[in-house]
Amino acid sequence: MDKIQIIAIIAVLFFIGLIARFIMKGKLRTEYSIIWILMGVIFLVFSIWRQSLDLLAKFFGVYYAPALVFMFFFFMIFIFLIHLSVVNSKQHEQIKKLAQEIALLKEKISEKK
Amino acid sequence: MINKKLLIIIPCYNEQDNVLLLYEQLNKLQINNCSITPLFINDYSSDNTRLTLEQIGAKFLDNPINLGIGGTVQLGFMYAFENGFDYAVQMDGDGQHPPAELHKLILPLMDNDGDVIIGSRFIDKEGFQSSALRRFGIDFFSGLNKFLVGISIKDSTSGFRAYNRKAIFELINYYPDEYPEPEAIVYLVHKGLKIKEVSVLMSERVAGVSSIRRFSSVYYMIKVTLNTFFLHLKMKANG
Repeated sequence: MDKIQIIAIIAVLFFIGLIARFIMKGKLRTEYSIIWILMGVIFLVFSIWRQSLDLLAKFFGVYYAPALVFMFFFFMIFIFLIHLSVVNSKQHEQIKKLAQEIALLKEKISEKK
Repeated sequence: MINKKLLIIIPCYNEQDNVLLLYEQLNKLQINNCSITPLFINDYSSDNTRLTLEQIGAKFLDNPINLGIGGTVQLGFMYAFENGFDYAVQMDGDGQHPPAELHKLILPLMDNDGDVIIGSRFIDKEGFQSSALRRFGIDFFSGLNKFLVGISIKDSTSGFRAYNRKAIFELINYYPDEYPEPEAIVYLVHKGLKIKEVSVLMSERVAGVSSIRRFSSVYYMIKVTLNTFFLHLKMKANG
């Protein structure tokens, strides 16, 4: 096993550990962590089994194997960013609704005084 | 005659110098067979709007966060619906919409001339007519509305509007956040409501700076256009 492989495996394990810690501490909701765990596992597979990348590149007909890695992760991150925008928009609506309800309730309470 | 209940929704953002005068004018207002309730909504002002409203004893709602003009007006609709009002009027808290003109919006509603009555500066071209740049924006949205839903409202961005209960109900379900007026027209047409534009006089702001509606930027033009366009597509798709 090469030195870089060992470094990569340690780094990936650290990354997965970090995500796990965030979930356990309640700082990260499981639904948002799935993509990160998935990425970690894929990284791990590539770190341990080095030939897998070349095989995959050959299968897809990609001449320069690392390009496949870049393309894949670029795509994943792109999808995830769109997902975050959707989550953000949903929260915007929810916060608005809550604020409106609070304003109505505040008025009801002051009426009763 | 049956007595009708009218709610006047006045969104306020930093309007401490305007609310007192408006409150006094609205209290003097009388419309036949109609009880009038002015409701100020303080949109998390950073000045003393809230304190002023408390001191003058006005009925008001107090937003816990800044909701913007759309969310604030929609809150007024929610209040109107929950409290059984027959009609709701939205008017700016900055003195642009004179209370003396209000009956021009309400009378057509009471006569069942439409579900939504929009006060327009451009029918008789009297009173404050706005700047050239704003006029360009207003005309642009008029054209867009005509193109999309085939209805011609000249003062497409006018925030001086009256609604009956049917319209209020629809607006509780959807009202755009920022710069909501042109888009709301498209929505209301899709909901099968009858919109009528009537001539009113408007003035320039009495005091303070306009911060609740900023219409100078290209950003808003693009945003409202996109919003309106996608809303139209969505409502077409849903039948």
